[in-house]
Amino acid sequence: MNPIVRAVDVVKTFGEVKALDGVTLEFEPGIIYGLLGPNGAGKTTLIRVLTTLLKPDSGEAWVAGVDAVHHAAEARTHLGLAGQFAAVDDYQTGRENVVMVARLYDLGAREAARRADEVLEAIHLTDAADRPVRTYSGGMRRRLDLAASMVGRPEVLFLDEPTTGIDPRSRIDIWDLIRDLVAGGTTILLTTQYLDEADQLAARIGVIDQGRLIGEGTPEELKDRLGGAFLEMAIDEADRPRGMEILGALEGEEPVFEPATKRISVPAQRGSGTLVQAVRRLDEAGVTFEDVTLRKPTLDDVFLSLTGRAAEEETAAAGADGGGRRRGRRSR
Amino acid sequence: MTTTGRSSSRVGLAHAAKDTWVITRRNLLRNVRLPQLLIFATVQPVMFLLLFNYVFGGAIGTSIPAAAGGKYLNWLVPGLLIQVAAFGAGQTALGLTEDLSKGVIERFRSLPMARSAVLAGRTLSDLVRNGFVITLMMAVGYLIGFRWQTSFVGLVAGMLVAMVFAYALSWVMAAIGLAVKNPEAAQSAVFLPVFPMVFASSVFVPVETMPSWLAAFAENQPITVTVNALRGLMLGGDALPPGDSVAGTVLLSLAWSAGILAVFAPLAVRMYRRAVS
Repeated sequence: MNPIVRAVDVVKTFGEVKALDGVTLEFEPGIIYGLLGPNGAGKTTLIRVLTTLLKPDSGEAWVAGVDAVHHAAEARTHLGLAGQFAAVDDYQTGRENVVMVARLYDLGAREAARRADEVLEAIHLTDAADRPVRTYSGGMRRRLDLAASMVGRPEVLFLDEPTTGIDPRSRIDIWDLIRDLVAGGTTILLTTQYLDEADQLAARIGVIDQGRLIGEGTPEELKDRLGGAFLEMAIDEADRPRGMEILGALEGEEPVFEPATKRISVPAQRGSGTLVQAVRRLDEAGVTFEDVTLRKPTLDDVFLSLTGRAAEEETAAAGADGGGRRRGRRSR
Repeated sequence: MTTTGRSSSRVGLAHAAKDTWVITRRNLLRNVRLPQLLIFATVQPVMFLLLFNYVFGGAIGTSIPAAAGGKYLNWLVPGLLIQVAAFGAGQTALGLTEDLSKGVIERFRSLPMARSAVLAGRTLSDLVRNGFVITLMMAVGYLIGFRWQTSFVGLVAGMLVAMVFAYALSWVMAAIGLAVKNPEAAQSAVFLPVFPMVFASSVFVPVETMPSWLAAFAENQPITVTVNALRGLMLGGDALPPGDSVAGTVLLSLAWSAGILAVFAPLAVRMYRRAVS
C-alpha cells in the first residue's frame, strides 16, 4: 500500500537552530502514527511542514499522494489540523465554530450544518453545542477543536499534542475519540511527549530528538529491542550504592536510579529467575529494599536506550505531571 | 476514501467571495456577541466630539473659515470622522494579532480556503464597524448642532470618502499587525503612526496656524487631504484652502486611498502567507 504520509530528508532551520535535521518517515493509511519526543525535539515543526504551514529548507513532504511543499493548496483539501492550542472562538457557540470550519472546507450551508451535528455528536458535545465556547472547560475546548479539525472529513488528521495540559478524565475521552476516528477510516499523526500516550494509541511510533528520527517501529518492536523484563525496587539511601552494585552484577547491566520516584530499575532477562537471585543476594548482603516488581519494558526505557538520557530531563518543565508519568506507568 | 469535495483547481472568485463572507460574518459576530467592544469603540469618539467642541470650540471658533457657518462644530465633525476612521483602522491590527496569538490563523491557513479571505474578511468587517461608528458620530453631531452647508448628497458622499479612506488604512494596519504579531505590541504599534498623523493635520485646526515646516507636511499628508475633501463636500468649496477645488480634493483623497491600497494590500497578503506565530 502506498504511504499516506511521507517525509523525505526534511530540513528546517530557524536562524542557528536546526529544528529538523533530515527527518525521513512514512506510514500507511488507517493507522495512528505517534511522533514521540521531548519539548523542542522538532515535532511541531514537522507537523507544520506536513500541513503546509511551513516550507522546509529542503526535503519532500507528501500527504495523501500530494506534494505538500509545491501543491500546498491541493494538499490542504486532504488534511485536518488540530494545533497545540484550541483554535476556537470564545464568543461563538460550539456549533457555530464547527459550522464555520465546515463552510471553509467548501461545504454548502445545509451540508455544513449536518456534518457539524455529526461530529458534535461524535465528540459528545451535542448538549453544549449551543452554548458560547467561553463557558466551556479546557477539555471541552480541545474536543471542540478536534471536532473542527475533522468536520471536513480529511483523510489525514494531524494532532499536535492533543492532550497536553488537559485533566486526566478529558484525556481518556480524547483517547477514545481518536480511537473511534481511526476505526472510522481516518489516518492520524499525533505528537506527544507522553510515552504512555504513544504506547496506548499508536500502531507505529517514531521517536524524534533534536530534529532527527532516532527510532521507529511498533510499540512492541521498540520494547522488544530491549529484550525481556525489568526489575524495579526501592532501596534506602544508605544501602543504595551497595544495592546498585549487586543489581549491576546480576546480568552485567547498569541499573538506573530515578530520583523523582527514588526507584531503581535494571534489566532482568531471565524474568523471575533474575528476581529471585536479586532478592537472595540483596538479603545476604543485608541491604534493605522494598516494593520489588518485575515489569515489561516501557517506552521510557526505549527512550533512555535510544538517547542515553531520560525523556523527563527535558520535559519536566513542560508537563505538570512530569514526575508522575514514570510512577504511573502501566505494566503490560 | 472520503474527500472534502473541493477540487484543487477551483480557486475561483465565487469561492474566494464565499470564504470572505464566512470570515466577515465571524468577525462581525464578535461585535454583536461582545457588545462591550462596540460600546467602548463608540464612546471614545463621541467623547472626543463633545470635549473638542465644548472645550476648544470657543477658542478655535474665531479662526476657522466662514464656510463653517461660524460654528467650530461644523468644522470639527468632518475632521473627527477621519480621526475615527484612522483610530478605527487600528482595530484591524488588533483583531489579526489576537487571531494569530490564539492559533486561529494557523487553523485557517491549514484549511483549503482562499488565501485572501482572512484579510479581506477582516478588513471588510472592520469597514462595516467603521461605517457604523461614522454614522453614529454623524447622528450625535447633528443632535448637538452640526449642520451641513451643502446638500444631503454632499454629506453622504463625504461619509463614503471617509469609509474608502478607512478601508485603505485598515490594510496598513493589517500589515502592522502581521509584522508585530502580538496584541499588546500591536496596541502601541498602531497608535505610534496614527497620533502624529491625526494631530499634524487639519482634523482639529486649520494648518495655517502651525509653524511653516509642520504646515508644509500637514497640508499635503493624506489625512488632511481627506478631511479637506469631506469639508468641501459637506461645507462647500469655501471651506478649502484658497485655490483648491472640491472635485480636485476629493479625487486626490481617493487617489491616496487607492495608492495606499495598492501598496499595502499585496504587502499584507504576502506577510499573511508567511505569518508564523
